[in-house]
Amino acid sequence: MPALLRELGVSMHGAVTALGAYALFAARLLAGTPRALLRPRLVIEQVHNAGALSLVIVMLSGLFVGMVLGLQGFDLLERFGSEESLGTAAALGLLKELGPVITALLFAGRAGTALASELGLMRATDQIAAMEMMAVDPVRRVVLPRFLGGVISMPLLAAVFSMIGLFGAQLVGVQLMGVDQGQFWSQMRATVELGDVMEGVVKSCVFGVACSLVAVYEGFHSAPTAEGVGRATTRTVVISSVLVLLLDYLLTAALL
Amino acid sequence: MGDENQRAAGAAGAAAGDSLVRVRELHYRAGGRAIFDGLELDIRRGSVTAVMGPSGTGKTTLLRLITGQLRPGSGLVEVDGREVASLGREDLYRLRRRMGMLFQNGALLTDLDVYENVAFPLREHTRLPERLLRHVVLTKLQAVGLRGAWRLMPAELSGGMARRVALARAIVLDPELLIYDEPFAGLDPVALGVVLRLIRELNDALGLTSIVVSHDVQEISAVADQAYLLTGGRVAAAGAPRELAASDRAEVRQFMHGLPDGPVPFHYPAPGYAEQLGGGR
Repeated sequence: MPALLRELGVSMHGAVTALGAYALFAARLLAGTPRALLRPRLVIEQVHNAGALSLVIVMLSGLFVGMVLGLQGFDLLERFGSEESLGTAAALGLLKELGPVITALLFAGRAGTALASELGLMRATDQIAAMEMMAVDPVRRVVLPRFLGGVISMPLLAAVFSMIGLFGAQLVGVQLMGVDQGQFWSQMRATVELGDVMEGVVKSCVFGVACSLVAVYEGFHSAPTAEGVGRATTRTVVISSVLVLLLDYLLTAALL
Repeated sequence: MGDENQRAAGAAGAAAGDSLVRVRELHYRAGGRAIFDGLELDIRRGSVTAVMGPSGTGKTTLLRLITGQLRPGSGLVEVDGREVASLGREDLYRLRRRMGMLFQNGALLTDLDVYENVAFPLREHTRLPERLLRHVVLTKLQAVGLRGAWRLMPAELSGGMARRVALARAIVLDPELLIYDEPFAGLDPVALGVVLRLIRELNDALGLTSIVVSHDVQEISAVADQAYLLTGGRVAAAGAPRELAASDRAEVRQFMHGLPDGPVPFHYPAPGYAEQLGGGR
């Protein structure tokens, strides 16, 4: 029993230490953000890397998720004789939940791993040390633009995901299952409020900060070996995914 | 004996009276192992100094301590009269602008081409107009013989070329101290000859002070003014490379002449051979 308690204590100590390190790193990023924004070219480059290069996977996923939502929604609503509400159901599902959450998971898998492995490799090949030797702060020059690029990209990707998803739901519901086109859009316009849209925007912004922070932290602090880079990449996906789902619950509870 | 060498190293520096780098009573531990145990050395201004020693003696660690990437457990590391460990981030960065470092693999930024790699420190630290910046970058590339390669990406360079580009980048801010970490590792004889010549010529032409960490005894002996041989966390021998080569002390002879067995044993410590073959683990 004392051994178990000791082990528990060690684990708790490790978790608190890691949280503290994350918080300090986040504070360092926050403090450097105004100066980083003075060099917009570096940030725009990273919006391209994290955002534009993730567009295809996000759009494809959005289309299929929307199509599935159209099919499942139609099947469910038909049982109650209210299939004309399909537009509302699809819009609320995509804007409030599926859009931000699935985009964040895709973002962690595509852009997050790319960020973590790039930073990890830069450390392993002494590029980070070389910058420090050139009196260039690698956090300001390399980490911050990547972090900000991720933070900016995430809500934009979530918006694209929801838009394409709605198109997919309409494609299946209206074109395939025969729901009235006018009903589909008018019900949606009548029911969906600005607050619903804002809930999705808030969530995608928070997920963007969380996923980008995890990716740059894990990559920047990875061990300078092939194994270390691999471990950082895996940790990025695992931590980001769990964090997104946890934050989703907390935000939903807070915003409802 | 070790203490005598330590004192000799310190006395040599004191006699010169113009050390750019001074190390006194340096102790440093890593992974529970003592890397330095009272190390003392001096790097004279304007000289090319070789730091040699078997693998794992902490040569690269010494460079990291001099450049402030690591902090000593105790003791003093001074560069130009300033204790490196006591400097804050801003002061340390100010000091590093007066140093250039050539990493073992070049450490070029892989997303930038040769021109932008060399221009990188200038873009970060100066506001030179593009025409002047271009002039400086091409001059430095000309000095290392790679002006024609300005458009190539790091992945398109050979190991020797990458190191020369990194050298051009290291001298682009006109440093006073240039540090080379294993500059000859993995180079073919031609590339090695080029790098060797550049170390000497750049040092003399630009009035630098150079520290070269290397195992390549013959090569570095040809260009170094003074050499330190480190073993066991201390200076085993110090002096002109020719003096070290002529030394009759066992550990110096073993290293300088590449003898497979000696004070550094061929066999890793192990239990008795017969005992282990007989079933023991």
